[in-house]
Amino acid sequence: MGATIVEKIFSRKCGRDIRAGEVVMTPLDGAMIHDITGPLAIQKFYEMGGTKVFDPRRVIMLFDHQIPADSIAAAENHVYMRRFAVEQQIHNYDIREGVCHQVVVEKGRAAPGEIVVGADSHTCMYGAAGAFATGVGSTDMGFALKYGALYFKVPETIFAEVSGKFPKRVGAKDLILSIAADIGADGATYQAIQFAGKTISKLDMAGRMTCCNMAIEMGAKAGIVEPDKITWKYMKARRSLKPFALASDKDADFIDKRTYDVSAMEPQVAVPHNVDTGVPVSTVAGIPVDQVFIGSCTNGRFEDLEEAAAVVGKKKFSSNVRVIIIPASRDEYLKALRAGFIEKFVKAGALVEAPCCGPCMGGAFGLLAPGEVSLSTSNRNFKGRQGSTEGKVYLCSPSTAAASAITGVITDPREV
Amino acid sequence: MRVWKFSDNIDTDAIIPGRFLTIYDPKELAKHAFEGTRDEYAKKVKPGDIIVGGKNFGCGSSREHAPLALLGGGVKVIVAQSFARIFFRNSINTGVLPVVCKEADRIADGQKITLNIKKGFLEADGRQFPIEPVPEFMQGIIDAGGLVEYAKNLPEVPVCTKSQR
Repeated sequence: MGATIVEKIFSRKCGRDIRAGEVVMTPLDGAMIHDITGPLAIQKFYEMGGTKVFDPRRVIMLFDHQIPADSIAAAENHVYMRRFAVEQQIHNYDIREGVCHQVVVEKGRAAPGEIVVGADSHTCMYGAAGAFATGVGSTDMGFALKYGALYFKVPETIFAEVSGKFPKRVGAKDLILSIAADIGADGATYQAIQFAGKTISKLDMAGRMTCCNMAIEMGAKAGIVEPDKITWKYMKARRSLKPFALASDKDADFIDKRTYDVSAMEPQVAVPHNVDTGVPVSTVAGIPVDQVFIGSCTNGRFEDLEEAAAVVGKKKFSSNVRVIIIPASRDEYLKALRAGFIEKFVKAGALVEAPCCGPCMGGAFGLLAPGEVSLSTSNRNFKGRQGSTEGKVYLCSPSTAAASAITGVITDPREV
Repeated sequence: MRVWKFSDNIDTDAIIPGRFLTIYDPKELAKHAFEGTRDEYAKKVKPGDIIVGGKNFGCGSSREHAPLALLGGGVKVIVAQSFARIFFRNSINTGVLPVVCKEADRIADGQKITLNIKKGFLEADGRQFPIEPVPEFMQGIIDAGGLVEYAKNLPEVPVCTKSQR
Protein backbone atom coordinates (compact mmCIF):
# COMPACT_ATOMS: atom_id res chain seq x y z
CA MET A 1 0.00 0.00 0.00
CA GLY A 2 1.33 3.42 -0.94
CA ALA A 3 1.51 6.45 1.33
CA THR A 4 -0.26 9.80 1.41
CA ILE A 5 1.72 13.02 1.14
CA VAL A 6 1.13 13.60 4.86
CA GLU A 7 2.47 10.15 5.79
CA LYS A 8 5.48 10.85 3.58
CA ILE A 9 6.22 14.17 5.28
CA PHE A 10 6.24 12.49 8.70
CA SER A 11 8.24 9.54 7.36
CA ARG A 12 10.91 11.87 5.91
CA LYS A 13 11.10 13.76 9.17
CA CYS A 14 11.37 10.72 11.39
CA GLY A 15 13.51 8.60 9.09
CA ARG A 16 11.18 5.61 9.07
CA ASP A 17 7.89 4.55 7.53
CA ILE A 18 5.10 6.27 9.39
CA ARG A 19 1.42 5.72 8.79
CA ALA A 20 -1.79 7.52 9.75
CA GLY A 21 -2.84 6.83 13.31
CA GLU A 22 0.68 6.71 14.72
CA VAL A 23 1.54 9.15 17.50
CA VAL A 24 4.98 10.68 17.06
CA MET A 25 7.00 13.33 18.85
CA THR A 26 8.08 15.27 15.78
CA PRO A 27 10.75 17.95 15.45
CA LEU A 28 9.46 21.27 14.13
CA ASP A 29 10.75 23.38 11.27
CA GLY A 30 8.89 26.43 12.44
CA ALA A 31 6.67 27.81 15.19
CA MET A 32 4.60 30.98 14.73
CA ILE A 33 3.23 33.24 17.47
CA HIS A 34 1.20 36.45 17.19
CA ASP A 35 -0.09 39.12 19.54
CA ILE A 36 -3.23 37.30 20.71
CA THR A 37 -1.95 33.81 21.50
CA GLY A 38 1.75 34.66 21.86
CA PRO A 39 1.78 36.22 25.33
CA LEU A 40 0.13 33.15 26.85
CA ALA A 41 2.48 30.83 24.94
CA ILE A 42 5.48 32.72 26.32
CA GLN A 43 4.02 32.58 29.83
CA LYS A 44 3.54 28.81 29.48
CA PHE A 45 7.10 28.44 28.14
CA TYR A 46 8.41 30.05 31.33
CA GLU A 47 6.03 28.06 33.57
CA MET A 48 7.40 24.88 31.99
CA GLY A 49 10.85 25.96 33.11
CA GLY A 50 11.88 27.19 29.66
CA THR A 51 14.88 29.51 29.55
CA LYS A 52 15.99 29.34 25.91
CA VAL A 53 13.78 28.66 22.91
CA PHE A 54 14.76 25.59 20.90
CA ASP A 55 16.03 27.63 17.94
CA PRO A 56 15.41 31.38 17.60
CA ARG A 57 15.74 31.15 13.81
CA ARG A 58 12.76 28.84 13.65
CA VAL A 59 10.47 31.00 15.76
CA ILE A 60 8.30 33.38 13.76
CA MET A 61 6.93 36.35 15.70
CA LEU A 62 4.68 39.16 14.54
CA PHE A 63 1.66 41.22 15.55
CA ASP A 64 -1.43 41.37 13.34
CA HIS A 65 -4.63 41.06 15.37
CA GLN A 66 -4.58 44.31 17.32
CA ILE A 67 -2.34 46.71 15.42
CA PRO A 68 -1.48 49.45 15.88
CA ALA A 69 -2.36 48.70 19.52
CA ASP A 70 -6.07 49.38 19.94
CA SER A 71 -6.00 49.34 23.74
CA ILE A 72 -3.53 49.66 26.58
CA ALA A 73 -3.88 45.94 27.24
CA ALA A 74 -2.93 45.18 23.62
CA ALA A 75 0.02 47.58 23.84
CA GLU A 76 1.19 45.77 26.99
CA ASN A 77 0.98 42.43 25.19
CA HIS A 78 3.10 43.82 22.37
CA VAL A 79 5.70 45.10 24.85
CA TYR A 80 5.79 41.70 26.59
CA MET A 81 6.44 39.92 23.29
CA ARG A 82 9.05 42.45 22.13
CA ARG A 83 10.98 41.86 25.34
CA PHE A 84 10.84 38.11 24.75
CA ALA A 85 12.11 38.59 21.19
CA VAL A 86 15.10 40.60 22.42
CA GLU A 87 15.82 38.19 25.26
CA GLN A 88 15.64 35.14 22.97
CA GLN A 89 17.16 36.79 19.89
CA ILE A 90 14.08 36.05 17.80
CA HIS A 91 13.50 38.13 14.69
CA ASN A 92 10.25 39.99 15.34
CA TYR A 93 8.33 41.30 12.31
CA ASP A 94 6.33 43.34 14.86
CA ILE A 95 3.47 45.34 13.27
CA ARG A 96 5.27 45.90 9.99
CA GLU A 97 4.53 42.95 7.74
CA GLY A 98 0.88 41.93 7.83
CA VAL A 99 -1.31 38.93 8.64
CA CYS A 100 0.69 36.08 10.17
CA HIS A 101 -0.15 33.32 7.70
CA GLN A 102 0.48 35.43 4.63
CA VAL A 103 3.80 36.57 6.09
CA VAL A 104 4.95 33.02 6.94
CA VAL A 105 4.32 31.81 3.40
CA GLU A 106 5.57 34.87 1.53
CA LYS A 107 8.78 35.03 3.58
CA GLY A 108 9.38 31.38 2.71
CA ARG A 109 9.22 30.25 6.33
CA ALA A 110 7.19 27.18 5.46
CA ALA A 111 8.43 24.97 2.62
CA PRO A 112 7.59 21.64 1.00
CA GLY A 113 8.03 18.73 3.40
CA GLU A 114 8.42 20.93 6.47
CA ILE A 115 6.38 20.61 9.65
CA VAL A 116 5.26 23.94 11.06
CA VAL A 117 2.92 24.85 13.90
CA GLY A 118 1.30 28.16 14.64
CA ALA A 119 -0.67 29.40 17.60
CA ASP A 120 -3.59 30.17 15.32
CA SER A 121 -6.12 27.85 13.73
CA HIS A 122 -5.57 29.03 10.15
CA THR A 123 -1.94 27.84 10.23
CA CYS A 124 -3.20 25.05 7.95
CA MET A 125 -2.75 27.58 5.11
CA TYR A 126 0.96 26.70 4.77
CA GLY A 127 -0.13 23.45 3.12
CA ALA A 128 -0.31 25.56 -0.03
CA ALA A 129 3.49 25.64 0.15
CA GLY A 130 3.61 21.83 0.50
CA ALA A 131 4.24 21.94 4.25
CA PHE A 132 2.36 20.05 6.93
CA ALA A 133 1.13 22.88 9.09
CA THR A 134 -1.40 22.96 11.88
CA GLY A 135 -2.80 25.29 14.50
CA VAL A 136 -2.16 24.69 18.19
CA GLY A 137 -3.10 26.36 21.46
CA SER A 138 -0.80 28.46 23.59
CA THR A 139 0.26 25.71 26.00
CA ASP A 140 1.22 23.39 23.13
CA MET A 141 3.08 26.37 21.66
CA GLY A 142 4.91 26.93 24.97
CA PHE A 143 5.98 23.28 24.79
CA ALA A 144 7.01 23.71 21.14
CA LEU A 145 9.10 26.78 21.98
CA LYS A 146 10.88 24.88 24.74
CA TYR A 147 11.52 21.55 23.02
CA GLY A 148 11.21 22.28 19.30
CA ALA A 149 8.97 19.26 19.01
CA LEU A 150 5.37 18.31 19.56
CA TYR A 151 3.24 15.18 19.71
CA PHE A 152 1.29 14.59 16.53
CA LYS A 153 -1.23 11.94 15.75
CA VAL A 154 -0.53 11.49 12.06
CA PRO A 155 -3.85 12.16 10.33
CA GLU A 156 -5.66 10.24 7.65
CA THR A 157 -6.22 12.16 4.45
CA ILE A 158 -9.30 13.07 2.44
CA PHE A 159 -8.47 13.32 -1.26
CA ALA A 160 -10.46 16.17 -2.81
CA GLU A 161 -10.07 16.01 -6.58
CA VAL A 162 -11.14 19.11 -8.43
CA SER A 163 -11.72 19.29 -12.18
CA GLY A 164 -13.08 21.80 -14.66
CA LYS A 165 -12.33 25.37 -15.64
CA PHE A 166 -13.63 28.14 -13.39
CA PRO A 167 -16.37 30.18 -15.08
CA LYS A 168 -15.90 33.95 -15.19
CA ARG A 169 -15.81 35.55 -11.71
CA VAL A 170 -15.85 32.18 -9.94
CA GLY A 171 -12.70 31.08 -8.18
CA ALA A 172 -10.92 29.40 -5.27
CA LYS A 173 -13.12 30.94 -2.56
CA ASP A 174 -16.29 29.71 -4.25
CA LEU A 175 -14.69 26.29 -4.55
CA ILE A 176 -13.67 26.05 -0.90
CA LEU A 177 -17.06 27.31 0.32
CA SER A 178 -18.74 24.59 -1.72
CA ILE A 179 -16.27 21.95 -0.46
CA ALA A 180 -16.97 23.07 3.13
CA ALA A 181 -20.70 22.78 2.52
CA ASP A 182 -20.15 19.27 1.17
CA ILE A 183 -17.77 17.96 3.85
CA GLY A 184 -19.42 19.84 6.74
CA ALA A 185 -18.11 21.80 9.73
CA ASP A 186 -16.76 18.65 11.41
CA GLY A 187 -16.48 16.35 8.41
CA ALA A 188 -12.68 16.36 8.41
CA THR A 189 -11.97 16.46 12.16
CA TYR A 190 -8.55 14.95 12.93
CA GLN A 191 -7.93 14.47 9.20
CA ALA A 192 -5.98 16.26 6.50
CA ILE A 193 -7.48 17.39 3.20
CA GLN A 194 -5.37 17.11 0.07
CA PHE A 195 -6.57 19.42 -2.69
CA ALA A 196 -5.71 17.86 -6.04
CA GLY A 197 -6.79 17.45 -9.63
CA LYS A 198 -6.35 19.44 -12.83
CA THR A 199 -8.03 22.58 -11.48
CA ILE A 200 -5.69 22.71 -8.49
CA SER A 201 -2.60 22.07 -10.68
CA LYS A 202 -3.53 25.18 -12.65
CA LEU A 203 -4.47 27.25 -9.61
CA ASP A 204 -2.03 29.96 -8.53
CA MET A 205 -0.45 30.08 -5.06
CA ALA A 206 -2.99 32.67 -3.89
CA GLY A 207 -5.90 30.35 -4.71
CA ARG A 208 -4.19 27.37 -3.12
CA MET A 209 -3.68 29.43 0.03
CA THR A 210 -7.39 30.31 0.09
CA CYS A 211 -8.30 26.61 -0.10
CA CYS A 212 -5.78 25.36 2.48
CA ASN A 213 -6.61 28.27 4.82
CA MET A 214 -10.18 27.08 5.18
CA ALA A 215 -9.41 23.38 5.80
CA ILE A 216 -9.89 24.11 9.52
CA GLU A 217 -13.47 25.16 8.79
CA MET A 218 -14.17 21.47 8.18
CA GLY A 219 -12.31 20.55 11.37
CA ALA A 220 -9.22 19.45 9.43
CA LYS A 221 -5.80 19.33 11.03
CA ALA A 222 -4.17 20.37 7.78
CA GLY A 223 -4.87 21.24 4.17
CA ILE A 224 -2.24 20.44 1.60
CA VAL A 225 -1.42 20.71 -2.10
CA GLU A 226 1.37 18.62 -3.61
CA PRO A 227 4.35 20.82 -4.41
CA ASP A 228 4.64 21.23 -8.19
CA LYS A 229 6.21 23.67 -10.65
CA ILE A 230 4.08 26.52 -9.33
CA THR A 231 5.11 25.80 -5.72
CA TRP A 232 8.81 25.44 -6.47
CA LYS A 233 8.82 28.59 -8.59
CA TYR A 234 7.24 30.46 -5.67
CA MET A 235 9.77 28.97 -3.24
CA LYS A 236 12.73 29.73 -5.49
CA ALA A 237 12.25 33.45 -4.98
CA ARG A 238 12.27 32.94 -1.20
CA ARG A 239 14.54 30.10 -0.16
CA SER A 240 17.47 28.27 -1.64
CA LEU A 241 15.95 24.83 -1.81
CA LYS A 242 16.48 22.00 -4.22
CA PRO A 243 13.15 20.74 -5.56
CA PHE A 244 12.35 17.14 -4.68
CA ALA A 245 9.43 14.82 -5.33
CA LEU A 246 6.71 14.86 -2.68
CA ALA A 247 3.36 13.41 -3.65
CA SER A 248 0.76 10.94 -2.51
CA ASP A 249 1.15 7.51 -4.10
CA LYS A 250 -1.59 6.45 -6.48
CA ASP A 251 -2.45 3.52 -4.22
CA ALA A 252 -2.29 5.55 -1.01
CA ASP A 253 -4.85 4.70 1.62
CA PHE A 254 -7.16 7.72 1.65
CA ILE A 255 -9.96 7.75 4.19
CA ASP A 256 -12.24 9.34 1.60
CA LYS A 257 -12.12 10.50 -1.99
CA ARG A 258 -14.34 13.29 -3.19
CA THR A 259 -14.66 14.86 -6.61
CA TYR A 260 -15.69 18.38 -7.50
CA ASP A 261 -16.33 19.96 -10.88
CA VAL A 262 -16.12 23.74 -11.04
CA SER A 263 -17.12 24.21 -14.67
CA ALA A 264 -20.75 25.03 -13.86
CA MET A 265 -20.16 26.44 -10.38
CA GLU A 266 -21.98 29.61 -9.32
CA PRO A 267 -20.43 32.15 -6.96
CA GLN A 268 -20.99 30.84 -3.42
CA VAL A 269 -22.07 32.59 -0.24
CA ALA A 270 -21.93 31.04 3.25
CA VAL A 271 -24.87 32.27 5.30
CA PRO A 272 -24.90 32.98 9.08
CA HIS A 273 -23.81 31.51 11.47
CA ASN A 274 -21.74 28.57 10.18
CA VAL A 275 -19.16 28.22 7.45
CA ASP A 276 -20.55 25.01 5.95
CA THR A 277 -23.71 26.73 4.72
CA GLY A 278 -22.54 27.76 1.26
CA VAL A 279 -25.32 28.40 -1.27
CA PRO A 280 -25.29 29.83 -4.80
CA VAL A 281 -25.32 33.63 -4.67
CA SER A 282 -28.69 33.69 -6.44
CA THR A 283 -30.28 32.19 -3.29
CA VAL A 284 -29.32 35.20 -1.15
CA ALA A 285 -29.11 37.96 -3.80
CA GLY A 286 -30.83 41.19 -2.78
CA ILE A 287 -30.09 41.03 0.96
CA PRO A 288 -28.95 44.55 2.03
CA VAL A 289 -25.47 44.81 3.54
CA ASP A 290 -24.10 47.44 5.95
CA GLN A 291 -20.42 46.55 5.71
CA VAL A 292 -18.23 44.82 3.15
CA PHE A 293 -14.79 43.56 4.14
CA ILE A 294 -12.25 42.50 1.52
CA GLY A 295 -9.10 41.16 3.13
CA SER A 296 -7.82 38.60 5.73
CA CYS A 297 -5.45 35.64 5.43
CA THR A 298 -8.11 33.95 3.30
CA ASN A 299 -8.55 36.64 0.63
CA GLY A 300 -6.27 39.64 1.12
CA ARG A 301 -3.67 38.89 -1.53
CA PHE A 302 -2.82 40.81 -4.70
CA GLU A 303 -4.83 38.34 -6.80
CA ASP A 304 -7.88 38.88 -4.58
CA LEU A 305 -7.58 42.65 -4.80
CA GLU A 306 -7.10 42.33 -8.58
CA GLU A 307 -10.31 40.31 -8.76
CA ALA A 308 -12.18 42.98 -6.76
CA ALA A 309 -10.66 45.82 -8.81
CA ALA A 310 -11.80 44.17 -12.05
CA VAL A 311 -15.39 44.16 -10.78
CA VAL A 312 -15.17 47.75 -9.52
CA GLY A 313 -13.93 49.22 -12.79
CA LYS A 314 -14.92 52.88 -12.76
CA LYS A 315 -17.93 52.37 -10.53
CA LYS A 316 -18.48 53.80 -7.06
CA PHE A 317 -19.37 51.89 -3.92
CA SER A 318 -22.87 52.36 -2.50
CA SER A 319 -23.08 55.20 0.02
CA ASN A 320 -25.12 52.85 2.23
CA VAL A 321 -22.17 50.51 2.67
CA ARG A 322 -18.97 50.84 4.68
CA VAL A 323 -16.34 49.23 2.48
CA ILE A 324 -13.17 48.16 4.30
CA ILE A 325 -10.30 46.80 2.20
CA ILE A 326 -7.15 45.47 3.86
CA PRO A 327 -4.24 43.90 1.94
CA ALA A 328 -2.94 40.81 3.75
CA SER A 329 0.66 42.01 3.88
CA ARG A 330 2.99 44.88 3.13
CA ASP A 331 4.22 43.12 -0.02
CA GLU A 332 0.69 42.55 -1.26
CA TYR A 333 -0.19 46.15 -0.40
CA LEU A 334 2.75 47.45 -2.47
CA LYS A 335 1.87 45.25 -5.43
CA ALA A 336 -1.74 46.48 -5.34
CA LEU A 337 -0.56 50.04 -4.95
CA ARG A 338 1.68 49.82 -8.02
CA ALA A 339 -1.11 48.23 -10.04
CA GLY A 340 -3.41 51.14 -9.21
CA PHE A 341 -5.95 49.07 -7.27
CA ILE A 342 -5.61 51.03 -4.06
CA GLU A 343 -6.32 54.33 -5.80
CA LYS A 344 -9.29 52.74 -7.53
CA PHE A 345 -10.70 51.48 -4.22
CA VAL A 346 -10.19 54.80 -2.45
CA LYS A 347 -11.81 56.72 -5.32
CA ALA A 348 -14.74 54.30 -5.26
CA GLY A 349 -15.28 55.14 -1.60
CA ALA A 350 -13.47 52.40 0.32
CA LEU A 351 -11.51 52.71 3.52
CA VAL A 352 -8.15 51.04 2.82
CA GLU A 353 -6.36 50.02 6.01
CA ALA A 354 -2.79 48.93 6.62
CA PRO A 355 -2.18 45.14 6.61
CA CYS A 356 -3.73 43.41 9.66
CA CYS A 357 -6.57 41.01 10.53
CA GLY A 358 -9.11 43.84 10.63
CA PRO A 359 -12.80 43.11 11.23
CA CYS A 360 -12.19 39.33 11.04
CA MET A 361 -10.68 39.52 14.49
CA GLY A 362 -13.93 40.86 15.96
CA GLY A 363 -12.29 43.10 18.50
CA ALA A 364 -9.96 45.62 16.94
CA PHE A 365 -12.17 47.70 14.63
CA GLY A 366 -14.93 47.44 12.04
CA LEU A 367 -17.40 45.87 14.47
CA LEU A 368 -21.09 45.33 13.76
CA ALA A 369 -23.99 46.81 15.72
CA PRO A 370 -27.00 44.60 16.56
CA GLY A 371 -29.03 43.94 13.42
CA GLU A 372 -26.24 44.86 11.01
CA VAL A 373 -25.11 42.69 8.12
CA SER A 374 -21.53 42.17 6.98
CA LEU A 375 -20.41 40.56 3.74
CA SER A 376 -16.85 39.39 4.17
CA THR A 377 -14.10 37.61 2.26
CA SER A 378 -12.71 36.23 5.53
CA ASN A 379 -13.13 32.71 6.85
CA ARG A 380 -15.65 32.72 9.70
CA ASN A 381 -19.23 33.86 10.09
CA PHE A 382 -19.87 32.64 13.64
CA LYS A 383 -22.36 34.55 15.74
CA GLY A 384 -20.53 37.59 17.11
CA ARG A 385 -17.40 36.99 15.06
CA GLN A 386 -17.38 40.59 13.80
CA GLY A 387 -19.00 42.32 16.77
CA SER A 388 -22.57 42.06 18.06
CA THR A 389 -23.99 38.57 18.42
CA GLU A 390 -27.12 40.06 16.89
CA GLY A 391 -25.18 40.97 13.74
CA LYS A 392 -24.93 38.70 10.71
CA VAL A 393 -21.87 37.76 8.68
CA TYR A 394 -22.02 36.31 5.16
CA LEU A 395 -18.85 34.95 3.52
CA CYS A 396 -17.98 35.21 -0.16
CA SER A 397 -15.27 35.80 -2.77
CA PRO A 398 -13.60 39.16 -3.48
CA SER A 399 -15.64 39.43 -6.73
CA THR A 400 -18.97 38.95 -4.96
CA ALA A 401 -17.90 41.31 -2.15
CA ALA A 402 -16.93 44.03 -4.65
CA ALA A 403 -20.13 43.63 -6.68
CA SER A 404 -22.26 43.82 -3.52
CA ALA A 405 -20.35 46.87 -2.27
CA ILE A 406 -21.37 48.65 -5.47
CA THR A 407 -25.06 47.76 -5.31
CA GLY A 408 -25.51 47.72 -1.52
CA VAL A 409 -27.15 44.30 -1.62
CA ILE A 410 -25.73 40.81 -2.05
CA THR A 411 -25.09 40.64 -5.78
CA ASP A 412 -23.94 38.10 -8.34
CA PRO A 413 -20.61 39.50 -9.60
CA ARG A 414 -21.44 38.36 -13.13
CA GLU A 415 -24.32 40.84 -13.21
CA VAL A 416 -22.39 44.01 -12.39
CA MET B 1 -23.37 20.92 40.26
CA ARG B 2 -25.57 21.08 37.22
CA VAL B 3 -25.44 20.52 33.49
CA TRP B 4 -25.23 23.49 31.14
CA LYS B 5 -26.52 22.08 27.89
CA PHE B 6 -25.40 23.47 24.54
CA SER B 7 -26.17 22.60 20.91
CA ASP B 8 -23.93 21.40 18.04
CA ASN B 9 -21.00 23.44 16.66
CA ILE B 10 -20.43 25.68 19.69
CA ASP B 11 -17.51 27.78 18.48
CA THR B 12 -14.75 29.43 20.47
CA ASP B 13 -16.05 32.89 19.50
CA ALA B 14 -19.25 31.99 21.38
CA ILE B 15 -17.31 30.63 24.37
CA ILE B 16 -15.21 33.79 24.60
CA PRO B 17 -15.68 36.63 22.08
CA GLY B 18 -12.66 38.15 20.29
CA ARG B 19 -12.82 41.46 22.11
CA PHE B 20 -11.80 39.80 25.41
CA LEU B 21 -8.66 38.12 24.12
CA THR B 22 -6.28 40.58 25.75
CA ILE B 23 -7.32 38.96 29.04
CA TYR B 24 -5.46 35.84 30.18
CA ASP B 25 -6.72 35.46 33.77
CA PRO B 26 -9.23 32.57 33.85
CA LYS B 27 -11.42 34.24 36.51
CA GLU B 28 -11.65 37.47 34.48
CA LEU B 29 -12.32 35.55 31.26
CA ALA B 30 -15.07 33.59 33.03
CA LYS B 31 -17.03 36.82 33.53
CA HIS B 32 -17.44 37.04 29.75
CA ALA B 33 -17.97 33.36 28.87
CA PHE B 34 -20.83 32.96 26.37
CA GLU B 35 -21.45 36.71 26.50
CA GLY B 36 -24.10 37.67 24.01
CA THR B 37 -25.17 34.12 23.28
CA ARG B 38 -26.07 32.86 26.78
CA ASP B 39 -25.72 35.69 29.28
CA GLU B 40 -27.11 33.83 32.31
CA TYR B 41 -24.20 31.36 32.17
CA ALA B 42 -21.49 33.66 33.51
CA LYS B 43 -23.77 34.90 36.29
CA LYS B 44 -24.91 31.49 37.50
CA VAL B 45 -22.13 28.98 36.76
CA LYS B 46 -20.82 27.30 39.92
CA PRO B 47 -17.66 25.30 40.64
CA GLY B 48 -18.21 21.70 39.64
CA ASP B 49 -20.83 22.44 37.01
CA ILE B 50 -20.51 20.44 33.82
CA ILE B 51 -20.92 21.67 30.26
CA VAL B 52 -22.60 19.30 27.85
CA GLY B 53 -22.36 20.02 24.14
CA GLY B 54 -23.44 18.29 20.96
CA LYS B 55 -21.21 17.64 17.97
CA ASN B 56 -18.01 19.59 17.18
CA PHE B 57 -17.81 21.43 20.50
CA GLY B 58 -15.15 24.14 20.52
CA CYS B 59 -14.75 24.55 16.78
CA GLY B 60 -13.01 27.56 15.27
CA SER B 61 -10.13 29.53 16.70
CA SER B 62 -7.13 28.07 18.55
CA ARG B 63 -7.62 30.52 21.43
CA GLU B 64 -6.81 28.81 24.68
CA HIS B 65 -8.86 31.55 26.31
CA ALA B 66 -11.86 29.27 25.59
CA PRO B 67 -11.09 26.40 27.98
CA LEU B 68 -9.58 28.94 30.40
CA ALA B 69 -12.86 30.91 30.45
CA LEU B 70 -14.69 27.72 31.40
CA LEU B 71 -12.06 26.69 33.94
CA GLY B 72 -12.24 30.16 35.51
CA GLY B 73 -15.91 29.52 36.29
CA GLY B 74 -15.06 26.25 38.01
CA VAL B 75 -15.93 23.93 35.11
CA LYS B 76 -13.50 21.01 35.00
CA VAL B 77 -15.41 18.60 32.78
CA ILE B 78 -16.94 19.09 29.35
CA VAL B 79 -19.01 16.30 27.85
CA ALA B 80 -19.84 16.32 24.14
CA GLN B 81 -20.73 14.00 21.28
CA SER B 82 -17.54 15.17 19.60
CA PHE B 83 -14.92 17.89 20.00
CA ALA B 84 -13.02 20.08 17.58
CA ARG B 85 -9.38 18.99 17.56
CA ILE B 86 -7.56 22.09 18.84
CA PHE B 87 -10.09 22.72 21.60
CA PHE B 88 -9.82 19.09 22.73
CA ARG B 89 -6.06 19.37 23.04
CA ASN B 90 -6.21 22.80 24.66
CA SER B 91 -8.65 21.47 27.26
CA ILE B 92 -6.38 18.61 28.25
CA ASN B 93 -3.36 20.92 28.30
CA THR B 94 -5.06 23.39 30.62
CA GLY B 95 -6.55 20.81 32.97
CA VAL B 96 -10.14 20.62 31.73
CA LEU B 97 -11.29 17.09 30.95
CA PRO B 98 -13.06 16.66 27.60
CA VAL B 99 -15.26 13.58 27.70
CA VAL B 100 -16.65 12.09 24.50
CA CYS B 101 -20.15 10.65 24.97
CA LYS B 102 -21.91 9.77 21.72
CA GLU B 103 -25.27 10.01 23.46
CA ALA B 104 -24.64 13.42 25.04
CA ASP B 105 -27.62 14.75 23.07
CA ARG B 106 -29.85 12.77 25.44
CA ILE B 107 -28.64 14.69 28.48
CA ALA B 108 -30.83 17.67 29.41
CA ASP B 109 -30.03 21.15 30.72
CA GLY B 110 -30.03 21.39 34.50
CA GLN B 111 -29.60 17.66 35.11
CA LYS B 112 -27.04 16.24 37.48
CA ILE B 113 -24.26 14.06 36.12
CA THR B 114 -21.87 11.66 37.78
CA LEU B 115 -18.83 10.42 35.91
CA ASN B 116 -17.35 6.96 36.23
CA ILE B 117 -14.30 7.26 34.05
CA LYS B 118 -12.72 3.95 35.10
CA LYS B 119 -15.84 2.00 34.23
CA GLY B 120 -16.42 4.05 31.09
CA PHE B 121 -19.84 5.55 31.66
CA LEU B 122 -21.61 8.59 32.99
CA GLU B 123 -24.94 8.68 34.78
CA ALA B 124 -27.47 11.41 34.09
CA ASP B 125 -30.88 11.43 35.71
CA GLY B 126 -30.55 7.74 36.64
CA ARG B 127 -29.61 6.65 33.10
CA GLN B 128 -26.18 5.38 32.09
CA PHE B 129 -24.40 6.46 28.90
CA PRO B 130 -21.06 5.05 27.68
CA ILE B 131 -18.09 7.41 27.42
CA GLU B 132 -14.96 6.96 25.32
CA PRO B 133 -11.48 6.61 26.81
CA VAL B 134 -9.03 9.47 26.31
CA PRO B 135 -6.25 8.75 23.73
CA GLU B 136 -3.43 6.92 25.47
CA PHE B 137 -0.68 9.45 24.80
CA MET B 138 -2.77 12.19 26.39
CA GLN B 139 -3.42 10.30 29.60
CA GLY B 140 0.03 11.19 30.94
CA ILE B 141 -0.75 14.88 30.51
CA ILE B 142 -4.11 14.49 32.27
CA ASP B 143 -2.49 12.54 35.11
CA ALA B 144 0.08 15.32 35.54
CA GLY B 145 -2.69 17.92 35.72
CA GLY B 146 -1.97 19.58 32.39
CA LEU B 147 0.88 20.08 29.96
CA VAL B 148 2.72 22.66 32.07
CA GLU B 149 3.03 20.26 34.99
CA TYR B 150 3.90 17.45 32.60
CA ALA B 151 6.70 19.47 31.01
CA LYS B 152 8.11 21.06 34.15
CA ASN B 153 10.40 18.19 35.03
CA LEU B 154 11.01 16.94 31.56
CA PRO B 155 14.63 17.56 30.55
CA GLU B 156 14.11 16.39 26.97
CA VAL B 157 11.49 14.75 24.82
CA PRO B 158 11.66 11.48 22.85
CA VAL B 159 11.84 12.98 19.37
CA CYS B 160 11.07 10.45 16.62
CA THR B 161 14.37 11.02 14.80
CA LYS B 162 16.47 10.18 17.89
CA SER B 163 14.59 6.98 18.68
CA GLN B 164 15.80 5.59 15.36
CA ARG B 165 19.47 5.92 16.10
